[in-house]
Amino acid sequence: MHIRTLAVALVATGLFSANAQAQTEIQWWHSMTGALGDKLNEIANGFNASQKDYKVVPVYRGSYPESMTAAIAAFRAGSAPHILQVFEVGTATMMAAKGAVKPVYQMMKEAGEPFDPKNYLPAVSGYYSDSNGNLLSLPFNSSTPVFYVNKDAYRKAGLDADQPPKTWKQFAAAAGKLKASGQGCVYSTGWPAWVHVENFSAWHNLPIGTRENGIAGVDTEFKVNSPAHVKHVEMLADFAKKGWFTYSGRRNEAEARFFSGECTMLTSSSGAQANIRRNAKFDFSVNFLPYHDEIKSAPQNSIIGGATLWVMSGKKPAEYKGVTKFFSYLSSTGVQADWSKSTGYVPITNAAFEAIRKEGFYDKVPGADIAVRQLNYKPPTPNSRGLRFGNYVQGREVIEEEMEAVFSGSKDAKAAMDDAVRRGNEILRRFEAANKS
Amino acid sequence: MEKRVVFRSAWLPYALLAPQIAVTLVFFFWPAAQAAWFSFQLQDAFGLRTEFVGLSNFAALFRDANYLHSFKVTALFSALVAVSGIAIALLLAVMADRVVRGALAYKTLLIWPYAVAPAVAGVLWAFLFAPSVGIVTHALRQAGYDWNWVLRGEQAMLLVVIASAWKQVSYNFLFFLAGLQSIPRSLIEAAAIDGAGPARRFWTVVFPLLSPTTFFLLVVNVVYAFFDTFGVIDATTQGGPAGSTQILVYKVYYDGVKAADLGGSSAQSVVLMLIVIALTVVQFRFVERKVQY
Repeated sequence: MHIRTLAVALVATGLFSANAQAQTEIQWWHSMTGALGDKLNEIANGFNASQKDYKVVPVYRGSYPESMTAAIAAFRAGSAPHILQVFEVGTATMMAAKGAVKPVYQMMKEAGEPFDPKNYLPAVSGYYSDSNGNLLSLPFNSSTPVFYVNKDAYRKAGLDADQPPKTWKQFAAAAGKLKASGQGCVYSTGWPAWVHVENFSAWHNLPIGTRENGIAGVDTEFKVNSPAHVKHVEMLADFAKKGWFTYSGRRNEAEARFFSGECTMLTSSSGAQANIRRNAKFDFSVNFLPYHDEIKSAPQNSIIGGATLWVMSGKKPAEYKGVTKFFSYLSSTGVQADWSKSTGYVPITNAAFEAIRKEGFYDKVPGADIAVRQLNYKPPTPNSRGLRFGNYVQGREVIEEEMEAVFSGSKDAKAAMDDAVRRGNEILRRFEAANKS
Repeated sequence: MEKRVVFRSAWLPYALLAPQIAVTLVFFFWPAAQAAWFSFQLQDAFGLRTEFVGLSNFAALFRDANYLHSFKVTALFSALVAVSGIAIALLLAVMADRVVRGALAYKTLLIWPYAVAPAVAGVLWAFLFAPSVGIVTHALRQAGYDWNWVLRGEQAMLLVVIASAWKQVSYNFLFFLAGLQSIPRSLIEAAAIDGAGPARRFWTVVFPLLSPTTFFLLVVNVVYAFFDTFGVIDATTQGGPAGSTQILVYKVYYDGVKAADLGGSSAQSVVLMLIVIALTVVQFRFVERKVQY
């Protein structure tokens, strides 16, 4: 009996795999969990149902660094996936791995698929293009930091809830009043280095590093110890001392403190909106990041975070054909608009943004368009296109460590930012040495 | 009369040892040798370009003030985990040894935490002490104490020490209890008849007789603190704030696995290997002399 069941099962498996062989399978490793993961599977299923030749198989491989590490190990063992979702700080590592990745523009050209990088938002495509403007990976989920305000708490403190601070000076005035109204936590931030160093620089049109923030070459050096940067970190430390700024950690811990009502102001990813909207039991608004009005070049435009899809090298032409078809499906206006509306990530093509605007989504959900408007505030400059630093997983950690030392009062801002640059440059030099061609 | 079994065959003993040696070679010596070899190389993440760079990975490490700082952090962390884990376990074991009714229940409950995985223990404690939602945090705030380990290094250290030692207390407890139960009652009774109070009996009779156990636990706990605690740290502080809980093994993991810097990570693991060899030698040469078997 058992043997018969087994035999039937074996035959069935054989039939099934013979059947599956007619379809070309495309492995897609990703790091999306919860509702985002469900949505991602929905996209893959949608593509699989739309045609018969290819089957995209999404596989969750852990957090961004974990899945990247897994893919690197798989590449070394000769079994890399076709598509890998890589977070923005891994961009330089992927780009430098010339034999390991297949640039998207090249794959599209070889497959004869119509593809125009100008369809993508410049602030998004610029981040992932080489210095000639060729798109190397396909933008997928992109967000940018925005400024959230608890309007109920503003009213309680006697502030005009419809006039949220535009500059850090106005921010300070509001913070003082909020504190006086008995608020325990006035302001907190998620992703401190991304918000207060990387985006602070872009928003004020200041360089994060030389060589166009590393986009023009690996011989780049950090510039985050400029007087403007030091002054900004100093200001945050001063806010911390006055009880206006509560540090919550290096990731998105601050978001929960905002939507629980504990903190009244928050700077964090625009991707947090869905969660905040679901959980906040108060009236809130989404706004542009505050800026320093004494810096004449501000505001410029903010830069993105999130991830893109990289295509790995060494696959069969038929498989690349499938990846090409899938990428076209993924970038189509309907899919993009739906992905953006349900996740809170910014629409990555101009057409998708227009489609969402036309159907009136941004009027219904005020604040949902702030991220795109901030990314598009002005045409990106070499300081605000994005950044590309080697081993930036470590580099960003160095910056965060030094900022923590300032906020806890154990280092002054100037010394900390100088140390961040010195330590960060060591990492950049190691990357340059390991990747010189 | 000493009984001895002697193998007459020339190859049989080697054949019997072979599986063990094979396992050791494949799972211990091979990776260790590979780490040593990688530590002299500079490699990009995908292994496409490899260059022999001699000692430059090590030079880069020792130029980094933060790496040197993490030695201090590791020493402090290991000492705190080992000493507090052993001291608390000893206290509990002595108490549990005296309990007459319900002894089994006490003992079972005290052994339980050992079954919890380090990462889970880390998450549990992180929840209790979470800066905004933790129960303990709330209580401390009510008491007027500013608890925010995401920014305050000494609090972060305290948290990871508690989470790491908590698990180890159960393990130590088990050994101490067994040790206590093997001490002949007659010795303690004799001391009591000679007029020694409970404290004196403990320090002059019980503690010296426990010294082999204590020594063994010291070695095990230090090794635990050095190597097995990165799950706790990864689940709670991730080395922060400002590197104040960045222990050596966590940095090896972070640089190698998360940041894909193989050369630097391998160089660190070689340094770590040397430290553990030195530590083991010191423990067996000097500390063991004070142990009375």
